[in-house]
Amino acid sequence: MTKQHRYLPLTPTDRQEMLEFIGVSEMEALLTDIPAEVRLTTALDIPEALSELELTKHMSSLATKNISTNEASLFLGAGTYDHFIPSVVNHVLLRSEFMTAYVPYQPEASQGELQALFEFQSMVCELTGMDVANSSLYDAFTSLGEACNLAITHTKKGRILMSQAVHPQAREVVDTYAYGMEYDVETIGLNDLSTDLESIKTQIDDDTAAVVVQYPNFFGSIEDLKAVKSLLEGKKALLIVVANPLALALLETPGNLGADIVVGDMQPLGIPMSYGGPHCGYFAAKKAYMRKLPSRIVGETVDSDGKRGYVMTLQTREQHIRREKATSNMSSNQALFALGSAVFMTAIGKEGIREMAEQNLSKAHYLSRNLKEAGFEILSNDNFFNEFVVKVTKPVLEVNKQLLAHNIIGGYDVSELLTTENAMLICVTEKRTKAEIDQFVKCLVEVAN
Amino acid sequence: MVNKNDLLYTEEHEWIAVLDDNTIRVGITEFAVDQLGDIVYVELPAVDDKFDAEEEFATVESVKSTSGIYAPVSGIVSDINEALEDEPELLNEAPLESGWLVEIKTEGAIDTSHLLSLAAYEALIED
Repeated sequence: MTKQHRYLPLTPTDRQEMLEFIGVSEMEALLTDIPAEVRLTTALDIPEALSELELTKHMSSLATKNISTNEASLFLGAGTYDHFIPSVVNHVLLRSEFMTAYVPYQPEASQGELQALFEFQSMVCELTGMDVANSSLYDAFTSLGEACNLAITHTKKGRILMSQAVHPQAREVVDTYAYGMEYDVETIGLNDLSTDLESIKTQIDDDTAAVVVQYPNFFGSIEDLKAVKSLLEGKKALLIVVANPLALALLETPGNLGADIVVGDMQPLGIPMSYGGPHCGYFAAKKAYMRKLPSRIVGETVDSDGKRGYVMTLQTREQHIRREKATSNMSSNQALFALGSAVFMTAIGKEGIREMAEQNLSKAHYLSRNLKEAGFEILSNDNFFNEFVVKVTKPVLEVNKQLLAHNIIGGYDVSELLTTENAMLICVTEKRTKAEIDQFVKCLVEVAN
Repeated sequence: MVNKNDLLYTEEHEWIAVLDDNTIRVGITEFAVDQLGDIVYVELPAVDDKFDAEEEFATVESVKSTSGIYAPVSGIVSDINEALEDEPELLNEAPLESGWLVEIKTEGAIDTSHLLSLAAYEALIED
């Protein structure tokens, strides 16, 4: 540490001053407590530091190894979606007041941040038909884990019934939560790519804390939430719904269909795919569960002059106050992305989000119709939003390799999940042009022959 | 007006009124309410819920904390003070009267041997 390093802020002069203040003449003197036999005496075997020019060149060459949606048309969904994000989102996010904001513990200095999160919460409630929402969690999977935890502690029961049509990675995360909290998670089987209602009937019992379904589900199909809810009548079990917020622009809100908790990811509404994350989970619930919500909730109130203001509220649930009795260990959120999503929703507006959803719906159905006409078997029925499952003629991996040569990124391999060979989950968003969709059909036909 | 001398107390700052051979009414003391500050929410159990002695049966939330309230004896909840749902401030105004929490029915006779008299409780809070 003797030479001036461009990435470290201290100069040799700074170090000298500090050493003099401490009262030693060199760094070595501070390390005498470490036994000589475990001290490293040679230089670390890592390359020399690069200059800014060298570093930029190196990182650029790494980056060009990746293909983004700028170079290829994406027909892959399965939880992370390629949607349009207007430039206004970044313009607001990159403002230093928002970019560098920490948790708004001090309301008098954070009204902008708090108001933005309050509006985010309000929009989530409107989309989901719920009474209350928190200011976000890490992602949909975390939100689902927290929802299951809430159901278990609230009902004091020991098991969760989860549809096989819930995102498999969400299921993995909940299994981890369940392991720690010592409750069981059991699978409800499928009937024709939707949750089998008969299975719910036979599997639900008095020890069931909640039933979890996804809407639209992982395979793209729209579940009958009303029917699921009716099967919970007379039982204490909660209905937890994992919902794509964009789809909620067209679908009946889970709130109106009897959901107790609605969770999901705001990624489709204003958040870049970023190769899987970071994204932004949301958590909304009925008023009865308000005091059991995990993590931060922003509330609206008035100050001593009677002027409207925003604060973090119901903090006595949280672990920094309630410690081991806290409702949850989550004390973080995705504030910047929640803000980004709020900016997106405000900029695009209700009409815009609805139009966006309609484009997704019609384009996905256009593709499935054309694939059917070209002779492919569509495993999904017509009841899907922007994703469906098609049977291709070769293993999905092979098909995707060949599609990539045409600058097309193919769908997700659900063969194992559905125990059906060569099953591909395809997604079509508003960003896919008619030309791209037609090209996709053409290429898939070519690959088949 | 309730006579404080007629009540029994616990170290967890609860008061107990023995209503008959196997029914008690439970609340928290003025000392407890003082320590908690303005009460904003009370979460009570449901009628017919069973609790063992020392098990948490309710929570009282103030602006600065949330505290658990523990069953002084084992039993089944026979009545709850529903007024607290809309008016949690009753707990601040009259903790020994209109701010009562629940009534519990015990299986056999009530065991009061571990409960404190007013004098013993007051000595406790002196420290």
